[in-house]
Amino acid sequence: MLGSLAHVVRHHLAALRMLLVFTVILGIAYPLAVTGIAQGLFPHQANGSMIKDNGRPVASALIGQNFNLPLRKGQTTPAPDPKWFQPRPSAAGKTDYDPTSSGASNLGPNNATLIKTIAQRRTAVAAFDGVRPSSVPADAVTASGSGLDPDISPAYAYEQVNRVAKARGLDPVAVHKLVAAHVSGRPLGFLGQEGVNVVRLNHDLAALQPR
Amino acid sequence: MNATLAGWLQIIALVGALALTFRPLGDYTAHVLTSPRHWRAERLVYRVGGVHADAEQTWPGYLRSVLAFSLVSVLFLYGFLRLQNHLLLSLGMKPVSSDLAFNTAASFVTNTNWQAYSGEAAMGHLVQMAGLAVQNFVSAAVGIAVVAALIRGFARKKTDWIGNFWQDLTRVVLRILLPISLVMAVVLVAAGTIENFHGFQSITTIAGEHQSIPGGPVASQEVIKELGTNGGGFYNANSAHPFENPNPFTNWLEIYLLLVIGFALPRTFGKMVGDNRQGYAIVAVMALIWAASVAVVTANELHSVSSSAGHAAGGMMEGKEQRFGIWASALFAVSTTLTSCGAVNSFHDSYTPGGGGLTIFNMMLGEIAPGGTGSGLYGILILAVVAVFIAGLMVGRTPEYLGKKLRGREMKYASLYILTTPAIVLVGTGIAMALPGERAAMLNHGPHGFSEVLYAFTSAANNNGSAFAGLSADTVWYNTALGLAMILGRFLPMVFVLALAGSLAQQQPVPITAGTLPTHRPQFVGLLSAVILIVVGLTYLPALALGPLAEGLH
Repeated sequence: MLGSLAHVVRHHLAALRMLLVFTVILGIAYPLAVTGIAQGLFPHQANGSMIKDNGRPVASALIGQNFNLPLRKGQTTPAPDPKWFQPRPSAAGKTDYDPTSSGASNLGPNNATLIKTIAQRRTAVAAFDGVRPSSVPADAVTASGSGLDPDISPAYAYEQVNRVAKARGLDPVAVHKLVAAHVSGRPLGFLGQEGVNVVRLNHDLAALQPR
Repeated sequence: MNATLAGWLQIIALVGALALTFRPLGDYTAHVLTSPRHWRAERLVYRVGGVHADAEQTWPGYLRSVLAFSLVSVLFLYGFLRLQNHLLLSLGMKPVSSDLAFNTAASFVTNTNWQAYSGEAAMGHLVQMAGLAVQNFVSAAVGIAVVAALIRGFARKKTDWIGNFWQDLTRVVLRILLPISLVMAVVLVAAGTIENFHGFQSITTIAGEHQSIPGGPVASQEVIKELGTNGGGFYNANSAHPFENPNPFTNWLEIYLLLVIGFALPRTFGKMVGDNRQGYAIVAVMALIWAASVAVVTANELHSVSSSAGHAAGGMMEGKEQRFGIWASALFAVSTTLTSCGAVNSFHDSYTPGGGGLTIFNMMLGEIAPGGTGSGLYGILILAVVAVFIAGLMVGRTPEYLGKKLRGREMKYASLYILTTPAIVLVGTGIAMALPGERAAMLNHGPHGFSEVLYAFTSAANNNGSAFAGLSADTVWYNTALGLAMILGRFLPMVFVLALAGSLAQQQPVPITAGTLPTHRPQFVGLLSAVILIVVGLTYLPALALGPLAEGLH
């Protein structure tokens, strides 16, 4: 009895030693090696594809941001700023586009709250952009999976051109051109879906001079 | 290019890439599992680890090693999670609560990677890389080790020996998982996935607001999360998060990685039993089920079938990323639920009743098309045993598979395997639904809420790990119940698989005669597919009727 117990204990100690060996190889050496190579060869990507202004980071090109007006007294949710291209709705955190709290709404395909929210968003976006409600594309009225989606559909980007140009006193043709330059096609021609990166687009938009 | 053509090309390119690696990876894996020679690095691991890697083991000995390694893994990871605040790189994260630590330790050791926590809010970098990601490697290798033992049961004759667990484990880690991960992690970083040790970086945004940008050794963990069909995300949003999966190329690569070992293992099987055609028949069944599932989920999502929200929005984009769209999201969803991966690039809770329902059904199939690393192949081989047995009953002959007789003893193990997971799923779901407090954890109401609970237990017991994430599962009850479901759903089937392996290995093979059922022909592919669908359909139909079917027909 004691002999077999000792055997069991020895067996588990060997198992623990194997786990510790693997922890050193796979849990310490491997990520350090990958990080070393990544920081040596691809530091820009490895550090989050940051966009900088005068050396100061203002965005990750991969993480969406809010482009809202400052919260006024009595308001609970801030209003979108007409001077910026607007991203998709977000379910990340209380303030949206919060990278400390990524995630989706998880509302079901027939959830009454979701259906109502989509209808409200459609009305609001159509009024904001001055278009017919039926023409507002799906990505403009739905929250993404991550809540940090930096992209919108080209259709939603083009829909916003006139509003943005007017708010900024810019030539709509120039803004339209800027959007067209930011439409990213599918990698290899067939992977995923086309989109416009709102973070990059707005960053370049800020540099456009009024006519 | 229009979206439909692009969508099809994306699938065809994936199938092509998997076909290209089928032979080389399958043959290489067979070599790794049968080579008489150790690498010098492996000898060092055995010596430091203090294990005998040369002595062959009987099935109980092999099982004891699997269980011992898994038990110390759970305890070690539990301790790690409870003490993370005292460790380096903790980012100021608090110790994980005891029930959540149990759930998470069980989850990663069982290759499930169910996550009742949010990565960016709960885990420091060290616990992610040296705790969770280590299990991503070794739990995947344990699955391959167990299927190697089963294949040896078919391939060997008149012996009690079915291999050595420590040797299988170490070789799979060092010769297969680690080299592929190293290369692919660098590819992911080049394409935009992050890899650093930063904490949250505070920035002032373009519009002048405040935002915290997270950091972390993400790419190194992302690769093995897919390759080892683990699925546990570095961040809460998993592969929908732009830092894990920044663009359509990384997305396609991640889908490829999570399928590649599962689809190549049938080649390993054919090679090791000395008849490649046997492997082709198995991979054909896997591919058929996968293709059918891709078609159905994609069609449901494209046409917003039975979804009022989808029709209101003009497309099923709730919970999906713009850069992936419907096609690449559906492809990921099917692949992740038919393997035991469980990573997600879109949130299944918001899928159409048909699309989301099929992701549940995919898991109910038992993760076999192609399934988790190793576990997928042993799962479908058990079903092949059942199919051969049923065919034998039809013609009134003692059934045999690969020359081994399927007698009462073998069928007992196969039957126990088949019954275990559904019992855990249905009993667990039933108990949860009977408790008012646990019912209240649903986010959505009605049949869809039931689907959230059914999904949770199906995912846990089948070691998938994805979720209808609306369910608030971080409660003492769910953490405990789902933790137990994961452990029982992982290790009970392994007991039966290894027992079957031991029983088969002892047999003297019977010669093939005119009366032997050929198991490499299209006829068998059809038979096995039908058996899978009938067994699973009959088991789960009532539960599915209360959830996704009720919602879809409403």
